[in-house]
Amino acid sequence: MKVALFIPCYVNVLYPQVGEASYRLLRSLGIDVDYPLDQTCCGQPMANAGYEADAKPLAERMERLFADYDYVVGPSASCVSFVREGYPHLVEHHHNDGRPCLAERIYELCEFIHDVVKPEHIDASFHHKVSIHNSCHGVRHLGLSAPSELNIPYYSKLRALLEKVEGIEIFEPQRRDECCGFGGMFAIEESAVSGCMGHDKVHDHISTGAEYITGADSSCLMHMQGVIEKEGLAIRTKHIVEILTANE
Amino acid sequence: MSSHSKAARRFVANRERTAWHDKALYIVRSKRDRMAQSLPEWEQLREAASQIKQHTLSHLADYLEKFERNATANGIVVHWAADAAELNRTVEDIIRQHGGNKLVKSKSMLSEECELTPYLEERGIEAVETDLGERIMQLMHCPPSHIVLPAIHVKREEVGELFERELGTEVGNSDPTYLTHAARRHLRDKFLTADISMTGVNFAIAEEGAFAVCTNEGNADMGTSFTDLHIAIMGLEKVIPDYASLGVFTRLLARSATGQAVTTYTSIYRRPEEGKQIHVIIVDNGRTKSLHNEAHRNMLKCIRCGACMNTCPVYRRSGGYSYSYFIPGPLGINLGMLRSPEQYGGNASGCSLCYSCSNVCPAKVNLGEQIYAWRQEMDSLGVAAKSKKAMVKAMNLIMRHRGIFYAGVGTLPYVPRFVYNNRFNPWCEAREMPHFDTKSFNTLWKQGKIKR
Ligand code: SF4
Repeated sequence: MKVALFIPCYVNVLYPQVGEASYRLLRSLGIDVDYPLDQTCCGQPMANAGYEADAKPLAERMERLFADYDYVVGPSASCVSFVREGYPHLVEHHHNDGRPCLAERIYELCEFIHDVVKPEHIDASFHHKVSIHNSCHGVRHLGLSAPSELNIPYYSKLRALLEKVEGIEIFEPQRRDECCGFGGMFAIEESAVSGCMGHDKVHDHISTGAEYITGADSSCLMHMQGVIEKEGLAIRTKHIVEILTANE
Repeated sequence: MSSHSKAARRFVANRERTAWHDKALYIVRSKRDRMAQSLPEWEQLREAASQIKQHTLSHLADYLEKFERNATANGIVVHWAADAAELNRTVEDIIRQHGGNKLVKSKSMLSEECELTPYLEERGIEAVETDLGERIMQLMHCPPSHIVLPAIHVKREEVGELFERELGTEVGNSDPTYLTHAARRHLRDKFLTADISMTGVNFAIAEEGAFAVCTNEGNADMGTSFTDLHIAIMGLEKVIPDYASLGVFTRLLARSATGQAVTTYTSIYRRPEEGKQIHVIIVDNGRTKSLHNEAHRNMLKCIRCGACMNTCPVYRRSGGYSYSYFIPGPLGINLGMLRSPEQYGGNASGCSLCYSCSNVCPAKVNLGEQIYAWRQEMDSLGVAAKSKKAMVKAMNLIMRHRGIFYAGVGTLPYVPRFVYNNRFNPWCEAREMPHFDTKSFNTLWKQGKIKR
């Protein structure tokens, strides 16, 4: 099984520790994982802003970079959901080599561990209270947890993994999967509403009594961390892979 | 800045009021959730509703003609109107033939769409809204800010002041029961003296030639019982096959709209009483065009429950008036684009693509996906924001060239923070910029610093 790590542009630049933890986590589960060099962007920001055509060359680049891997795994739910949903109609596929297109081989990291690796045990300890941030694309497109709108039994892949961490206390905000207001270009174009949504969401997390907000999307966490710093609040964000590899 | 973004900023500026508005609507969403959770077959019902609509829309002409045939046989007079102007004229003609100039209306978004009330008022016909929320808005001379809860943005103290002025209620009394009773007395008088009643149509049942009107206040029933002319107006997508399908929709409508098991009144009109008349006007006004728009024809499945507004995190924090189309929220963004991208394109930014609307919709209208699709069309329609386009093009140039990207990000840790973390950066309005003080993962990997 050849596995590649997909580190989206902004994670690569701003949160190298998330990439590092992703690598360490997969290795600790016995997976041989590679990082194809010089990855940039999957094209999601352009597409969500209405310029899918601009995402096309980026999509083609991604397909080439990851052509030789059985699984491609990334610590960012919304980027992965864009590749999975957007690429099939953006990139032409020639199935002559019999390899499925990237959309069919790409996984969000927690999803991959939960659905494919299925470990009994995760070697991590984190003696803190955390509130899970169920990000929109993770929930409603990738199915990382049961969307609150639907009448289906509750499940959460993030919670299932976190429960394997020693010492952790897990919470969820009252509005368990309400949008935090990041939304890519939305954060700039609609900055007033986006800021208000961020403020409300962070406070919903705070009222659980948690010390950390954790989730599978660094973009939402970046936005909320920005709100936290601006307002000087007593909570921090931490990507879920950092907790799944923690020893504290 | 888009029209929505500008107007939303004004709304959000009053944080206290925004929080109140958000909460009021979230309560409605929570009630809806409880109802949806209490029906084990909820998801099957949604699927059934979606399929019934899909089926009806793909045989629309047949069902409409069937409805017309059966309704006519029942003694209902059926009219057709190609657009708003024809609807308004037809209503006026029917009233002129019958006589009278006092009309009582129950809620109809179609009448808002066609600006029927001002049309009638200009011609000396008094058209009184009888739904409480609609009446409040009419007395305030403002349009509704929500399709089901038209006055959701108005506080009860403000209603108290309005009623003091308009209905002569006690000064400073904003007790909801007191105000409701005052409205009831005021409307009772309107009902008793009305010549004509008008209702919308929630569902037109082809097989039966009948139509259903759902209200919570019984105001439609009051109007149609007192008057001997009842005019019902409907968009042509309102037709459904039969009573069995009506059962699916009535189970979904009130649960989705307000979290009630069923609307207090679900009245089915089938034939006029002796000596009375019922007229139904079937209106196109762009719907056939929408039906031919493959990417967006799903919009015609909508049963106008308003759930997509209640769940929309942007609508709850920007208010109905922040949208330039008369219908707000995810539904309004989409319907506005179908009506005129030139006029209403400024609403498309008001969506963070959270997709909650698509999940909440009882008819499974894929509202979020359609907003995404509209954004893809905006540039070629000539209605995209120029600044956004420039930003996307620049970002794309950088991302396509790994050399530029990594050279650029390599310099970021050396740029003093105040250069980008300042009030000229829109990001910083509500948040701090992230910190660019580390080497990229790519660099660390190349330098062998990631433990292998
Ligand atoms: S689009 Fe769906 S959720 Fe929105 S008003 Fe129509 S039926 Fe209700």
